[in-house]
Amino acid sequence: MTLIGKSVPRLEDRELLTGTGRFAGDQNFEGQLHMRVVRASLAHGRILSVDTAAAAASPGVFAVWTGVDVADVSPINLRPGSALQDLEKCRQHILAQDIVRYVGEPVAVVFADDPYRAEDAAELIWADIEELPPVVGLMDMPGEFAPGVSTEPAVLVKGYGDVDAAFASAAHIVDCELSVGRHAGVPLETRGALAIWNDDENRLEFHAAAKIPHTNRIALAELLGLELDQLHLFEGHVGGGFGVRGEIYPDEVLVNLAALRFRRPVKWIEDRMEHLIAANHSREQTHRIRAAINADGLILAIDDEFWFNQGAYARTHGATVPVVSATMLPGPYKVPAYRATGRIRLTNVTPAGTYRGPGRYETTFVREQLMDTIAAELDLDPLAVRRTNLIAADEMPYERPFEIGGKPIIYDSGDYPESLARFLDHVDYDAVQAEMAERRASGEMAGAAIICFVELGGDGPFDDVRVEMDTDGRVEVITGVASVGQGVETVIAQICADTLGIDYAGITVTHGQTDRIARGQGARASRVTVMTGNATHKAASGVRGMLLEKAAELLQSPVETLEISDGVIGIVEGLGEGPSVTVAAAAAEILRGQNAPRIAVEESFENDRATYSFGAQLAVVVVDPLTAGVTVERFAVVYDIGRAVNPMLVEGQLVGGAVQGIGGALFEEFLYDETGQPLSVSFADYLMPTAAEVPDVECLVLEDSPSTTNPLTLKSGGDPGITGAGAAIAAAIGDAIGRPGAIKRLPVTPLRLRAILRGDADRKQEKNNAENGVST
Amino acid sequence: MTRIQLNVNETIHDVEVEPRHSLVDTLREGCGLTGSHIGCEHGVCGACTVLVDDQPVRGCLMFAVQADGKDIRTVEGLDDDGAFNALQQAFHEHHALQCGFCTPGMLMLATWIVERGLPVDDNELREIMASNLCRCTGYRNILRAVRAVLDASGQDGAGA
Ligand code: FES
Ligand code: FES
Repeated sequence: MTLIGKSVPRLEDRELLTGTGRFAGDQNFEGQLHMRVVRASLAHGRILSVDTAAAAASPGVFAVWTGVDVADVSPINLRPGSALQDLEKCRQHILAQDIVRYVGEPVAVVFADDPYRAEDAAELIWADIEELPPVVGLMDMPGEFAPGVSTEPAVLVKGYGDVDAAFASAAHIVDCELSVGRHAGVPLETRGALAIWNDDENRLEFHAAAKIPHTNRIALAELLGLELDQLHLFEGHVGGGFGVRGEIYPDEVLVNLAALRFRRPVKWIEDRMEHLIAANHSREQTHRIRAAINADGLILAIDDEFWFNQGAYARTHGATVPVVSATMLPGPYKVPAYRATGRIRLTNVTPAGTYRGPGRYETTFVREQLMDTIAAELDLDPLAVRRTNLIAADEMPYERPFEIGGKPIIYDSGDYPESLARFLDHVDYDAVQAEMAERRASGEMAGAAIICFVELGGDGPFDDVRVEMDTDGRVEVITGVASVGQGVETVIAQICADTLGIDYAGITVTHGQTDRIARGQGARASRVTVMTGNATHKAASGVRGMLLEKAAELLQSPVETLEISDGVIGIVEGLGEGPSVTVAAAAAEILRGQNAPRIAVEESFENDRATYSFGAQLAVVVVDPLTAGVTVERFAVVYDIGRAVNPMLVEGQLVGGAVQGIGGALFEEFLYDETGQPLSVSFADYLMPTAAEVPDVECLVLEDSPSTTNPLTLKSGGDPGITGAGAAIAAAIGDAIGRPGAIKRLPVTPLRLRAILRGDADRKQEKNNAENGVST
Repeated sequence: MTRIQLNVNETIHDVEVEPRHSLVDTLREGCGLTGSHIGCEHGVCGACTVLVDDQPVRGCLMFAVQADGKDIRTVEGLDDDGAFNALQQAFHEHHALQCGFCTPGMLMLATWIVERGLPVDDNELREIMASNLCRCTGYRNILRAVRAVLDASGQDGAGA
């Protein structure tokens, strides 16, 4: 029986389909207080006073805090290893101390016996703030964050090879300026937190935790001045993560601090407007990129300078996004010499963190638009330029001579040209192009494009898993991982069941409970299936070994002659007949005379190498020449995942990611006015795709290039849907309007596309006028 | 405070509400039915979709007092003693949910489509399901799941 590779339905679904889930808002504690945050309404200013008297006297109010009440709490730290230069000096306090630096920054909090009453009281708080000039634009001159600290607190430089020599000898030099707007993960559930002081256990309990409970436990305990064993985090259901949910923000710290100080449960549920101005934004970057090319379109070097908008403060991810951007920009291409200079800029807008596919969505757009620009300028076929530059199969494993987070970049396996060829075949790209040419000839603005990328994930350094079995043969897998809705329980149960030779459906997978296992890495960076999967395999193999050994004794037959199938241990098929014993009976025998109720094996899987995999995407679009609206007619993804544990769930990730990415390509953007007032504060302004804006995304999941970094040969699968989506849509629009490389900025809103089309029309008119001798 | 009566999934709930309490807040806090979710509170996402007298309604845009005396159906009323109904089963089989936060609203909207009994072609289905947001699935599998149920009940798009 093999379960790895089977599209079995999910274990998670039952509660979610019957309305019996436990999301943050669904949980309540007797006597709880409700917290409401009062947020700055100016982008930059000095706090003169905060009048809380009316709020404190408002019905149901228990307490009101301003900056002075929490002045003893240090600002929120960056995660170890993610800081860079002066970034650490730009951390955020949980309540603004003297200066507010973005609209939405917490200035005060109200605690009341009812959420409606907490909100009523919050509206009575008056913060007198003296306005300071804001820095809003990413490319504006840097100012000062604080005395002596620039709003460009860090500049990172990454590269290899002799870039200058390559440019000096190049046949062609192509340059462009490309930007990605401000997007965010925007999970459908807003953030929420509940904290309660447990007197019996002498510990604080943080419920509705998410993403990285073990990591956050360490950071929070330090902030709150608790011993580690005085704090535990518990994950419930999480309504989407995408990098945003589950970081430590001021709000979560305030909830915990209040429960600790008041010795009373405290609950906080964010509203949507708050979410859109307070939870991490991401993506906003501008690149000035140059490429040195030979006559055939082969890239000799890339020199990129980019600006990354960190927003008002450094947050928990530190420099993660710009670092990944700089390292992943070359993607699937050879690029013999490379230099990236990333300028991290602070501005008076909502702080930034990661969003699904961090640094890859942005730089895939930049790189692939560069490829299209090269093709256009050298009059080459865009696909041919990509093929010319792809890393070849015989170059694997391919090492980029620099590192990410102290680790070398080694593309572990893949046949990129072959994967691309299979994709072209699968989508019948020749026919697609012929159809587009025909439609354009008949006056339609229809176009198609294929873009390529490399995905990374499966990141270490470790994951621990304990597999336990009771005398009834029931199995629990205890992990340090977290679930954000991606199907962790099913995948881990499949791997465990596959190893043990039992049914996956009866396995309980525990995650996000810091009191059940000492260490954990959570659900970040597309790492769960690879890392936790391998740890599960190791621990389950240990249990399997114990069961077989006991069965060998019971059945009087050597271990090598035994196998487990459907929960029964018996003689390997073909080796003849013999007695058998159930897994449960063997477990009961092992436990006989011991006072432990369960067999338990805990194992650690360690790995310092990420997995790298190839992907490509096809987009087919049609542009309305009048409104400049873009309709996505077709979208397809190929991804070489090495080995898929559950192909149905892999496809789910690809499709969902692609649609999110299409959102960022066409609709989603956090806009600000020149004073730093946010203009995207509801779902009527921040436009996410509905079913009407996207086609049914097609997937081709390849299992051609197993990973060499881990025993199960797995690769990551969380982000490849989104990674190329901005690039694919932009390239397809370029094809549709007959100007590959024309799209310089995401999202391609009708306003921006119309300006491009207008420019084209104006140029055409000018040309006609010139030809007709009309002076302009 | 006003006392109102909500008939939710064929159970009468007598609850005290303020005039400003939304229907979804009241279902969640007053009736203890937390299956209906709140994603935006401004009528866009549809996570709060419930059926009021068999019509889909944004639970965040209706005041509880407006629902006084009405028949309300929520996700908690779909299964038969733990056994999935056809829509739930189809969502399960087609992997039409990931985090599951949008799922109750999607299910209730789809319930209305199915119970209408009219033929629905793919375009109309897409248009109607576009009333609700999902941030995880990319919609494909949700549409497939609802389509499967419609087809099984003879509501394919032919002749629509
Ligand atoms: S919560 Fe009602 S529509 Fe979003
Ligand atoms: S499944 Fe997560 S929002 Fe739809």
